[in-house]
Amino acid sequence: MAEGAPLLELRGVSKVFGAVQALSGVNFTVPPGKVTALAGDNGAGKSVTIKTISGLWEPSEGEIYWEGERVRFHSPNDAESVGITTIYQDLALCDNLDIVQNMFLGHERRRYGLLDESSMELAARQTLADLHVTTIRSIRQPVASLSGGQRQSVAVAKAVMQEAKLVIMDEPTAALGVAQTKQVLDLITRLSGQGTAVILVSHNLNDVFEVADQISILYLGQMVASGPAEEFDRQVIVDYMTTGQSSRTEATR
Amino acid sequence: MTETESTPESAIAPDELVVLAPDVLADSLPDYLRAWGKRIRGGESGALPIIVGLLVISIFFSVKSNSFLTSTNIVNLFVQSTFIILLGMAELYALILSEIDLSVGFVGAVGAAIAMALISAPQNWVWWAGLIVGMAACFLIGAFQGTIITRLRIPSFVVTLAGLLGWQGVLIYVFDSDKGAVGGVITVSNNIIDDLVSGSMTKAAGWILLVALVVLYAIITIVRTSRRRAQGLTTPPLSITLLTLGAVALAGAVLVFICNRNRGIATAPVSGVPWVIPFVLVVLVAQSFLLARTRLGRYMYAIGASPEAARRAGIHVARIRTVAFALCSLTAGLAAVVYASRLGSITIGFDGGTYVLYAVAAAVIGGASLFGGYGKPIHPLLGGLVIATLNNGLALLNITTAGTDIATAAVLLVAVAVDATLRRRSRPGAGG
Repeated sequence: MAEGAPLLELRGVSKVFGAVQALSGVNFTVPPGKVTALAGDNGAGKSVTIKTISGLWEPSEGEIYWEGERVRFHSPNDAESVGITTIYQDLALCDNLDIVQNMFLGHERRRYGLLDESSMELAARQTLADLHVTTIRSIRQPVASLSGGQRQSVAVAKAVMQEAKLVIMDEPTAALGVAQTKQVLDLITRLSGQGTAVILVSHNLNDVFEVADQISILYLGQMVASGPAEEFDRQVIVDYMTTGQSSRTEATR
Repeated sequence: MTETESTPESAIAPDELVVLAPDVLADSLPDYLRAWGKRIRGGESGALPIIVGLLVISIFFSVKSNSFLTSTNIVNLFVQSTFIILLGMAELYALILSEIDLSVGFVGAVGAAIAMALISAPQNWVWWAGLIVGMAACFLIGAFQGTIITRLRIPSFVVTLAGLLGWQGVLIYVFDSDKGAVGGVITVSNNIIDDLVSGSMTKAAGWILLVALVVLYAIITIVRTSRRRAQGLTTPPLSITLLTLGAVALAGAVLVFICNRNRGIATAPVSGVPWVIPFVLVVLVAQSFLLARTRLGRYMYAIGASPEAARRAGIHVARIRTVAFALCSLTAGLAAVVYASRLGSITIGFDGGTYVLYAVAAAVIGGASLFGGYGKPIHPLLGGLVIATLNNGLALLNITTAGTDIATAAVLLVAVAVDATLRRRSRPGAGG
């Protein structure tokens, strides 16, 4: 990584569950303000990797560095407190609450001990406007009334609201149609444009090529390729994802 | 502003509009009414159908019986309903969390019995001290049950079912140990507690209180609306605010007018608003405030809809649930005090098992959801009124308890069926 220190770095991270070696010696670098795609087939270790980063469990071996300093995440709160927010597929939104309430859930602003709705509504509106989320009719509607793409937008805006430096998105487009997928990909681009780093976990190569600056590929718990997106093409990625190697490129290992 | 002027091609589908509150969309009265109409057709009608239902039932009874629409009977009906309304408000805490509390009847009775026993001879405590101890007992019982439910991860149904049996036993124990209890009856010996239901404020006091409340409500509404408008946030149209205010004032005026008519006999006139009505109002406002304006309330709704989302948001789910069960029991204690005040005593035969079912029915008939995450204090109020109206009206028609029970059951079933059907139609993701 020529351009400065990485935001997040995994060095030789391994994770063992009983007899199963889920990750072995994974090196993974995430530069600040860029979109890093984490690709790999089912069972390659994508989920284990992001759960390790987000503090859900600690690595069996290896080290995690955040902004150049060694860190240990004992819980998701530890990861969140340094600025890592993970958006899982199920989004963790409350259907009965409106958009503002969801964006501030757990971080409500208060005035004289009471919920400060006006302040939260203004801030939520500003954040959504900054992200160019314009398809939402009213931010006072319950999220139950939103489409999949809109819900994804709310989840991202929530992360931005909490001033995340790194947003991890787990298969954000898996359940979405074409138009909504585009909406979410635009959102990811804009997010990194604002200086927030994004890890995009996906096995949809269209998505990966559309937004990723960096691509890292996992195969059976090992990091088999990492490099700038330009060094890859579709066939190379498929080779790495399915066989763990490719004869056609010298992308850094 | 930017939201309402959003690009039309990507705006939400028209049928999704039904879940929006009209005041977040409409800028004018016609718009508001249109959005409202759409919501009603889509099943997000709020309190309207239940109010219409209440009116229909009332009209039916007033046609069938001459004594139904007398001020004596109406006031009596209100007073009858207060116990179930308050017990329903207690149950609401559990329902919002997507839980149930079957023990509210007996837990409330234990608290009320302790309070009444302490206030009456031979203990003769000052009334408020006895009341505080009794209600604190309820709060602790609720916290205890909530702790078992959350820490040991046992379903609330089971824990509070055990509570239903166990607290009945404790209730009997309280009667046995109170030397002032004669034949399983603890009499309400304090005038202030007795007057809660039996006593009324003067006619003038009723009007003054009404005017004060309406003015206060108007000021709060206007201040809040103008502050939101100044910050560029959406506000309901002025005409709607004024209409709401007018409706509240009118309803209050009718209530005070009815209560102020003589409902005694010629030689012993009785009139004025019974104290229990403002008491219920205070509990209603306090609960609404807690649910809508504090973190605790917000988190209760969040947990009711998705405990996992709440947990990931950093909410201490177990603590919030425990507090909710404690508040549930505390409110049940207040309900039981009203019960004791109305009957002048609390007896060992207190039927807490049946009352809890009425409490759940009141909340659900009024519009709270059995599936968690939805429900406001106004729901048990409306539902409690429906149940009381049915009981009262059917009794006037000389229909037996059997008939009354069957009718109440039918109304409950209809209410739940309507809730489930409409909710499925309008909120596919909401889990029913």
